[in-house]
Amino acid sequence: MKHLALAAALLFGALAYPALSDPNPAEWEAVEAEAHGQTVFWHAWGGSPTTNAFIEWVGDQVSGRFGVTLEHVKLTDTADAVTRVLSEKQAGKDTDGAVDLIWINGANFASMKENSLLFGPFAEDLPNWQYVDVEGKTVRTDFTVPVEGYEAPWAMAQVVFMYDTADIPTPLPSAAEILDWSKANPGRFTYPQPPDFLGTTFLKQMLVELVDDPEVLSRPVSDTNYADVTAPLWDFLEDITPTLWRQGRAYPANGPRQIQLMNDDEIDLAISFSPSEASTAIANYELPATVRTFVLDKGTIGNASFVAIPYNSSAKAGAMVVANFLMSPKAQAHAQDPEVLGYGTVLHVESLPPEDRARFDALDLGIATLSPQMLGDVQDEPHPSWMTRIAEDWQVRYGVQ
Amino acid sequence: MAQSRRFYRLALFPALTVLVLLGPVAAGLWGTVLPAFGHFPAAGVSGPSLDAFRDLFNWPGFGPAMRLSVTTGLAAAILSLTITALILAGWSGTRGFRILERLLSPFLSVPHAAAAFGLAFLIAPSGWIARLFSPWLTGWDRPPDLLILNDPWGIVLTLGMVMKEMPFLLLMSIAALGQIDGRRRMALSQSMGYGRMSAWMFAVFPAVYARIRLPVLVVLTWSMSVVDVAVILGPSTPPTLSVQIVRWMSDPDLAFRLQAAAAALVQLALVIGAVGLWFLGEKLVARLACLRIEAGHRGHHDRPLRLAGFATGTAISLALLLGLLSLAIWSVAGFWSFPDLVPDQLTARNWVRHYSSSQDAFFETMLIAITAVAIGLILTIGCLETEHRRNLRLTQRGMWLIYLPLIVPQTAFLPGLQTLLLGFGLDMGRAPVVTAHLVFVLPYLRLSLDGPWQAWDTRQATVAAALGASHDRVLWRIRLPMLLAPLLTAIAVGLAVSVGQYLPTLLVGGGRIETLTTEAIALAAGGDRRAIGVFGLMQTAAALLPFALALPALVWRNRKGLLHG
Amino acid sequence: MDKGLYVNKVKITHAGRPLLAIDTHVTPGEVVTIMGPSGVGKSTLLSAITGTLSPDFSLSGQIRLNGRDLTGLPPDKRGIGILFQDALLFPHLSVGANLAFGLKRGGTKAERRARIEATLAEVGLGGFAPRDPATLSGGQRARVALMRMLLSEPHALLLDEPFSGLDAELREQVRKLVFDHAKARGLPVLLVTHDEADAIAAGGRVVRLK
Repeated sequence: MKHLALAAALLFGALAYPALSDPNPAEWEAVEAEAHGQTVFWHAWGGSPTTNAFIEWVGDQVSGRFGVTLEHVKLTDTADAVTRVLSEKQAGKDTDGAVDLIWINGANFASMKENSLLFGPFAEDLPNWQYVDVEGKTVRTDFTVPVEGYEAPWAMAQVVFMYDTADIPTPLPSAAEILDWSKANPGRFTYPQPPDFLGTTFLKQMLVELVDDPEVLSRPVSDTNYADVTAPLWDFLEDITPTLWRQGRAYPANGPRQIQLMNDDEIDLAISFSPSEASTAIANYELPATVRTFVLDKGTIGNASFVAIPYNSSAKAGAMVVANFLMSPKAQAHAQDPEVLGYGTVLHVESLPPEDRARFDALDLGIATLSPQMLGDVQDEPHPSWMTRIAEDWQVRYGVQ
Repeated sequence: MAQSRRFYRLALFPALTVLVLLGPVAAGLWGTVLPAFGHFPAAGVSGPSLDAFRDLFNWPGFGPAMRLSVTTGLAAAILSLTITALILAGWSGTRGFRILERLLSPFLSVPHAAAAFGLAFLIAPSGWIARLFSPWLTGWDRPPDLLILNDPWGIVLTLGMVMKEMPFLLLMSIAALGQIDGRRRMALSQSMGYGRMSAWMFAVFPAVYARIRLPVLVVLTWSMSVVDVAVILGPSTPPTLSVQIVRWMSDPDLAFRLQAAAAALVQLALVIGAVGLWFLGEKLVARLACLRIEAGHRGHHDRPLRLAGFATGTAISLALLLGLLSLAIWSVAGFWSFPDLVPDQLTARNWVRHYSSSQDAFFETMLIAITAVAIGLILTIGCLETEHRRNLRLTQRGMWLIYLPLIVPQTAFLPGLQTLLLGFGLDMGRAPVVTAHLVFVLPYLRLSLDGPWQAWDTRQATVAAALGASHDRVLWRIRLPMLLAPLLTAIAVGLAVSVGQYLPTLLVGGGRIETLTTEAIALAAGGDRRAIGVFGLMQTAAALLPFALALPALVWRNRKGLLHG
Repeated sequence: MDKGLYVNKVKITHAGRPLLAIDTHVTPGEVVTIMGPSGVGKSTLLSAITGTLSPDFSLSGQIRLNGRDLTGLPPDKRGIGILFQDALLFPHLSVGANLAFGLKRGGTKAERRARIEATLAEVGLGGFAPRDPATLSGGQRARVALMRMLLSEPHALLLDEPFSGLDAELREQVRKLVFDHAKARGLPVLLVTHDEADAIAAGGRVVRLK
């Protein structure tokens, strides 16, 4: 009898536990109450002091307003956090996981969503979702993968090119012009080495720029069309690689290294995924004051950065409070300040209450930052399968000598 | 009865030590073998299968990456040992040697990543040396497009490793010299007409080498499998095998973990092969030396070689020093571009910006280091005392056990260890990290203490016992106080080792434990030289602090008998 | 009551090979000299008596002191003092603290201090208590070592070539000092040496090991 009761209790407990314990974002007051006193471990890339400082600011804000303690776990690679959650699942650690919140997008998100490693859907139930610009910004798809509420957007990124006006007099708004310039000025351009995120972004940007019909890129890659569609990209790389920095025999490891090269006057042109990065870097003495930015005439690709909550997080309520705060006008305006981060907002600024709109109007975007109008059209990210194929192919063609 | 109880209590220390040293390594290797042969439930595969190896062999960079690991590793080990021998043969016992020793020993505790960054900034085409001569001499207004850093042959990587490993071997050799009567061997050979270097090489070096053989192997395997230095200085198209393992390990696509595990086993095999090759090389060198001795060469014309040895030693310490100096300047630099020798302006904002996080990390680092060293010290002294009381000598095999964690490539067993700890629910938090650090701290504690402990005159213990002092009283009142200086050196070495640990902290700590090293390398990934400057300096300070305190000189300032050299 | 140090049919073997065999008795106040070429196992015999014999050796027979069986006792419970060629003063302790280390427990701090001061004065080293041992001369060190040993009130004294490090003149002085003190306390003394002069000065029986 006793055994039976115990078994029943265990069974019932096992079934009921997730449902009982997981907070429901639709009942926001209850979420805030549960969040009070929780500690949220936010796994986010730690390679940038400015981002680290912003996350620290968020920590101060949420602890003061909601009693949530935020701990920034500084990653060298977002994938570390993903593998962490995966290993926890493998080890049967379905509660009390190490990761409460991840700064994520693209392939990492696709991988976690596919493996059911995420809590949700929650994002569209967050109170601040009402201000998000769901029409004009790509916040409901992440590299063409439907988000479905499993991650909350908090920043917009768009490709721009940084160039040193001391060496390059006018912008180079197309792949052809970049190639011509690089031929005339060998050794003055490079891009981070794929599979680095920014490096693959460069490949994607050039693919989108050079492909005959970008429409085909929104569908998964197929063996039948891959060679045809990507041929212009490989032709372009074939032409430009011998004119690159170090003749393409070495590449900077990532974006910040590339900025360092520009600072050392080793290169004059570099790609960036943040329109205000140049201004921020100039203010931080990390780039010469003569650096400006431009976009391509056909437009450049853009996407959103998100935060997601692992299924086994020990502080889901706290994590949702942080995600909601990240989408608040106050946090968004702070993040857009080039002195802070200079990230694009995910909100629809025009439809904000006047006092919140004023926060954005008051921002000085910085000398090297293009205005929203000048940034022009945002092109969609290709389906992730393209990026994977291209990155692998690049590895074979240029990654090994 | 009392006798047997003491027996058990003392046997506890060696047993515990072996467990602490080998448990994590063995478990970690097991955690690597399973996925390598296709057993990895998390990725939805269960083996056995050889797919992972097939994928690995099909990776176009496999051959070059393997070749790079072997060539850079062997070259670094050979060069480090050769330079060490040149310096010792040419200069040991001279004033110049003492100067070199003073110059080099502090750098032992400079973290590898910080040293590598310093070197990178020195020799890059836009680096300090180029700036010194530009544009007035070279005519360069812009840095030349030369592939110096990250060269595909790994030359700079090799130099970077030599720069850090040569001082290690030199100091290990100096310790070994204290155990053999080098001076008299020299005098004897020189009186038979041998030149200084020949005398040292033929009469002293074999005895020194026998004592530093294991440290040399540590240098060899470390050089073959290093990650942080190779990321900074090594080639990237493709990188060395170890770097590629860590890259695959962090790929969101789990299938790559299998490939990484397979590569880790290949890495292990390479290391074992290289060690075998090394043993053959030892025999060959010994045979050549014998031939030379039989021929009776006296080797009088060694002046150029002597100078070369000294010049190399000086160049290495200069490079380390300038590298650190450049980090210091970057940490307070405003805008600083080519070809300016110094920044346009100095600013404290880099330090202000990193103040709070670096302070937290500093305390975390020290807490972990002190705990690990304290536990390690208890175990090590426990073992040494057990061996003393039961009159055991550490056999060659025992020495291998102690060195094992240093010889097995970290990339081969740490990821497996993470999975294991997770399974026990022991992940996260300080305790597992301390345990992981202990694996690497213990061997160095033992290495630092073994010599002085054995060299201690046991007649002191006989006299004390004859005066009625028990074993424990002898240990606490006589032996430990007399060995205070080597004890503190061992503590300083242990702290430096713990401070420098990257992979164990990151993997076993689940990313939640932030030490100066994990912070510095996270920032290094971003390449921000100012941040690297701040954390690199803090890290160096944390490692150097214990050495700088020079406590023995303070405690024993009135005891001449304990203040020799 | 069988007074004195008995070495009863002691045989020491190393890895099965017999090393030495000795059977002798040292009465209180007597000095027995053991002589023999180096390598014959003189020091091994002394370790056997002090109880610090390495386990590589095995011992049969019995060692008794004033009726007590010492075999199997730890070194600190044997009551056997030993002096080596080097004074082996503990370098981290002052001269006074070295003597205090030897002095039997008991007595107040002031009493102990007075006792040490008196002992130093007895051998002509009054006021040396705070000195660093490293600053003493060879003869002074030998005297401190002797007095340190005697303060621990041993029941027998072993001397392991204690005079061979001293120059001729000093050697005589120290030898006399050691033998006088041992006789005055009625200690059985076992002297190991390869110097005939030591044996003659000791004036007792000589056992030659081969």
